[in-house]
Amino acid sequence: MVPKDFLDIASLSREEVELLLEQAVPFKELFTRSVKKVPALKGKSVLMLFYEPSTRTHSSFEVAAKRLSADVIDLDVPHSSTVKGETVKDTVDTLQAMRADYIVVRHKMSGMPMAIARQTKASVINAGDGAHAHPTQALLDAFTLKEVFPDPAGRKVLIAGDILHSRVARSTSTLFGKLGVEVGFLGPGSLVPRLGPEGIVRFTDFDEALQWGPDALYLLRVQMERQDVQYFPSLHEYHRVYGVTQERFERIKGEGIYIMHPGPVNRGVELCHEVMDYERSLINQQVENGIAARMAVLYWLKPGTLLRQGKEGKAGGKGNRR
Amino acid sequence: MSVVLDETAIGEAVDSLIGQIRVTAERGRVAIVGIRSRGDEVAERVCAALEEAGIEHHYGMLDISLYRDDLSHLAENPKLQTSEIPFQMDGAHIILVDDVLFTGRTIRAALDALTDYGRPARIQLACLIDRGHRELPVQPDYVGATLETARMDHVLVRLKNTDGEDAVELVKYS
Repeated sequence: MVPKDFLDIASLSREEVELLLEQAVPFKELFTRSVKKVPALKGKSVLMLFYEPSTRTHSSFEVAAKRLSADVIDLDVPHSSTVKGETVKDTVDTLQAMRADYIVVRHKMSGMPMAIARQTKASVINAGDGAHAHPTQALLDAFTLKEVFPDPAGRKVLIAGDILHSRVARSTSTLFGKLGVEVGFLGPGSLVPRLGPEGIVRFTDFDEALQWGPDALYLLRVQMERQDVQYFPSLHEYHRVYGVTQERFERIKGEGIYIMHPGPVNRGVELCHEVMDYERSLINQQVENGIAARMAVLYWLKPGTLLRQGKEGKAGGKGNRR
Repeated sequence: MSVVLDETAIGEAVDSLIGQIRVTAERGRVAIVGIRSRGDEVAERVCAALEEAGIEHHYGMLDISLYRDDLSHLAENPKLQTSEIPFQMDGAHIILVDDVLFTGRTIRAALDALTDYGRPARIQLACLIDRGHRELPVQPDYVGATLETARMDHVLVRLKNTDGEDAVELVKYS
């Protein structure tokens, strides 16, 4: 049974993960054609509900939906009725009346996409909720990793930065774990949970972490806007201790370690300028793969708005062509 | 349920198809494009024969799932496979190959998919089996075998590389 919503990685089975990663490949292949659009979601509407600012994820979902021929409606949240005191429940009721088939939600509160999903027939896709989950980011990360390591099981990925506040770290490490990838966390002691998920190695010293022998280094963005308390003294200090400095970059190059980053990059903080031109930097690939991965998710889900009532609906249409 | 075409009969149907396509292919370079799945296997057999006869041609594979007109009505969307069109679509002479021609809806989808790659000079249609009951104005240019069927019957094609054997079964609607 295909699920209605895409809310987190934890509730996906290994088979579902493998299917989505496989399906992203034919979508990426479309990008090489002169016409990059397919009619699969023609006449369907995708509503973008972003309660938190985002340029990349927002435009990535928008491109993904448009390449599937869906109509994209952007609810301009900062200027909408939420400011005028409308509750989320009332907003959802309004959306229901607009008959969106898919709702892409980003919210600063963990669990908000689930709350919305329970109240609507539309498929809800979590585009990041608080420090909880960012499942499509995880999917595009795994897709990118698989492009360089087709069988990623047993490979080591070091995730570095503010692990504590990061939904990316949470979702991506969960997905990598499902694929048998060994995950290490690196960051300031105050930002790496002491009791992390099982099987994850914890480091607070960069050079010690490199000693562990990672195949890829995943740098998290330093999110000044999400920290109420200062967890490290300064950006300069962060770069010196937890960033890819020129000195560390030489070692990373020497060992052929791949570099990933969810973007946008803070140059001179997470990494030095030179890294952007590194041939084993997968950062741009991640952006392109994000569109393909999100197309795979949109194509996979079955909104409750589509299923026909009564005997007309075909139950087991598993793809018999005629 | 009964086997209506066995391995020998399928071999004859494929040979007949090859014979017809060969006449066209000898006049100018064609691109044989198989519709996945099973149309690609029929196309492979055609290409192997053209290869053996030293007739130059292109070969491609097309997955048409994203172009189907019934996606909203399916409980589960068909699994996508990759398409491979390793030649210039603009100006090409395409021979589209499928295993069974029935309603014509797959071909309608395939025409849309092909033209998203470019503007072919000509598209023709070849099918291993024509079982009738068209719902769209689509007719084949090359046919391997014709089967008398009722609208609600199922025609099940099994081919060696995809299913392990060559056989066509007719499942009568009851």
